[in-house]
Amino acid sequence: MKVKYMSLALLAAGSLAVGASATAAPDAGIMLANTCVGCHGPMGNSGGPATPTIAGMATDTFTESMKGYKEGTRPATVMDRIAKGYTEDEIKAMAGYFAKQTFARPGQKVDEAKSKEGKALHKEHCEKCHVEEGKKDEDGSAVLAGQWLPYLQFAMEDFTTGTREMPKKMKSQVEKVQAKGPNALDSLMQFYAGQK
Amino acid sequence: MSFTRRDFIKLSAAASAAGLVGFPMIGRGAAGKTVVVVGGGVGGATAARYIRMFDPTVEVTLVEPNKEYYTCFMSNEVLAGDRTLDSLRFGYDGLAKRGVKVIHKAATAIDAAGKKVTLDGGEALQFDACVVSPGIELKYEGIAGYSAEAAEKMPHAWKAGPQTTLLRKQLEAMPDGGLVVIAAPADPFRCPPGPYERASLVAHYLKQHKPKSKVLILDAKEKFAKQGLFMEGWKKLYGDMIEWVPASKEGKVTKVDVATNTVFAGELENAHKAAVANIIPPQSAGKIAIVSGLADDKGWCPVNPATFESTLHKGVYVIGDACTAPPMPKSAYSANSQAKVCASAVVAALSGTTAPTPAYTNTCYSVIGTDYGISVAGIYKLQEGKLISVEGSGGVSKADAPAWVRKREVAYAHSWFTNIVKDIFG
Repeated sequence: MKVKYMSLALLAAGSLAVGASATAAPDAGIMLANTCVGCHGPMGNSGGPATPTIAGMATDTFTESMKGYKEGTRPATVMDRIAKGYTEDEIKAMAGYFAKQTFARPGQKVDEAKSKEGKALHKEHCEKCHVEEGKKDEDGSAVLAGQWLPYLQFAMEDFTTGTREMPKKMKSQVEKVQAKGPNALDSLMQFYAGQK
Repeated sequence: MSFTRRDFIKLSAAASAAGLVGFPMIGRGAAGKTVVVVGGGVGGATAARYIRMFDPTVEVTLVEPNKEYYTCFMSNEVLAGDRTLDSLRFGYDGLAKRGVKVIHKAATAIDAAGKKVTLDGGEALQFDACVVSPGIELKYEGIAGYSAEAAEKMPHAWKAGPQTTLLRKQLEAMPDGGLVVIAAPADPFRCPPGPYERASLVAHYLKQHKPKSKVLILDAKEKFAKQGLFMEGWKKLYGDMIEWVPASKEGKVTKVDVATNTVFAGELENAHKAAVANIIPPQSAGKIAIVSGLADDKGWCPVNPATFESTLHKGVYVIGDACTAPPMPKSAYSANSQAKVCASAVVAALSGTTAPTPAYTNTCYSVIGTDYGISVAGIYKLQEGKLISVEGSGGVSKADAPAWVRKREVAYAHSWFTNIVKDIFG
């Protein structure tokens, strides 16, 4: 008996690795995630110009964002109306799917000089929470590296105008960056957007 | 290291949760099964791709007479001069890469009982399941004097391509101070907010280049999609340049005269002499659905919304504009979403497995002008076999929203276009 199950298990693992020879319909997470990709791009990788990539987003970041949209604590254009259409379990299933996808960074055109300045600002003010130059979503930091520039600008506009609440630590660092000059925040966003 | 049954179950569950596709499970298996998809628009192309993504052992053939598809969505930006028609053109290489066989011929009949699709020229394709996504047929006869030939002078531009170019050229050629008439049909029809986005973007062009001109919408309805938001936007951006006349105020177009470019509306047949006449006639499901007996007496195809299988013919599925799936509107996003539910159901049926609970969505943006966009969203689910809007979700953009909201909705509209065409055509 044990041998039989082992071969079955290897078969299962094998199909996972090559992603072929399946005869089953998709699971619930994929079915739900499929409703997102029309706007957020195949597997959550947005081709821009503004809708954010949600591939590789940590499950907690995803569920917290959706909760914020649902409850109206996070500013939105359309996501508030959409988030209200899904249950907690459905949101968890979607989150599970997108967390497993890889954030693609095909590269965006950015101002190189500004991006260089931004990199220095990132190191000084942001790296502590937005680790690996903003590539890793840790403790709700979200992935910033490779995100579409207009999206980053929209998000920062929400933060700096007070439409969206900033965590305390972020607020103090953003203020410090702003104090460095009128273009400092823009440089920071150019740095994140431009990463490949 | 030894595996127990419990280990296997755990590992299988992990594999199923992690992979894009599931794992080989008990079932007949769909290997070698054949699906024929009729129609290579939004619904058909999405369905063909997703069936292959869900199960690459299924053989999928797409039947589509045209080598290229022009999206109707965003074509109003072409009319405004803000976008090229080329930016709306998509081919089928992405589908071929997924292993979809593409045949550029017209389907002439679908035989559900004999499980075959006949092509122009007589060739027949056998199928285990058939997905039909034929889009719309324009019912020219709904307006006296209108016809396919008349549309060469008074374009409908409701299927993108040469008609879009024709209407754009007419707008460019018309004199300042001229009248643009848009005839909007009664429900149901493709893209419910479309005529009103068109009026907006025509006004956007006229305001810049021919500011003395007017846009007159003659409507066969009493109300229209996103009405409040459109009217708010029109007033804000275009003053009184756009006038909308509902059916009760003599708005319903009954007749056209091609020779004098005149549009007649209402019981009294009021004559409106147009510089440019855009006649959007009533519609039905695409012709192939009608001749194959997939449509009801109203001209649209009834389906079981859990699978999109026709309620008239087993083994044949109808998606997109051609099917009746209220409260989902006849939009591109609806067609795309329905195609995925249908693909999942088809793969499950062919492999003897169970499809997951279907999930449906629609989001539809309308661009009213520079930095001014609005949207409607809907999340749907099955309840006792019927589609319903999830309570408390969806709806239209807020009225009197701040400028940053309207501006972002344009950026998101353009993002939606980029992403959905990739999801459709690969």
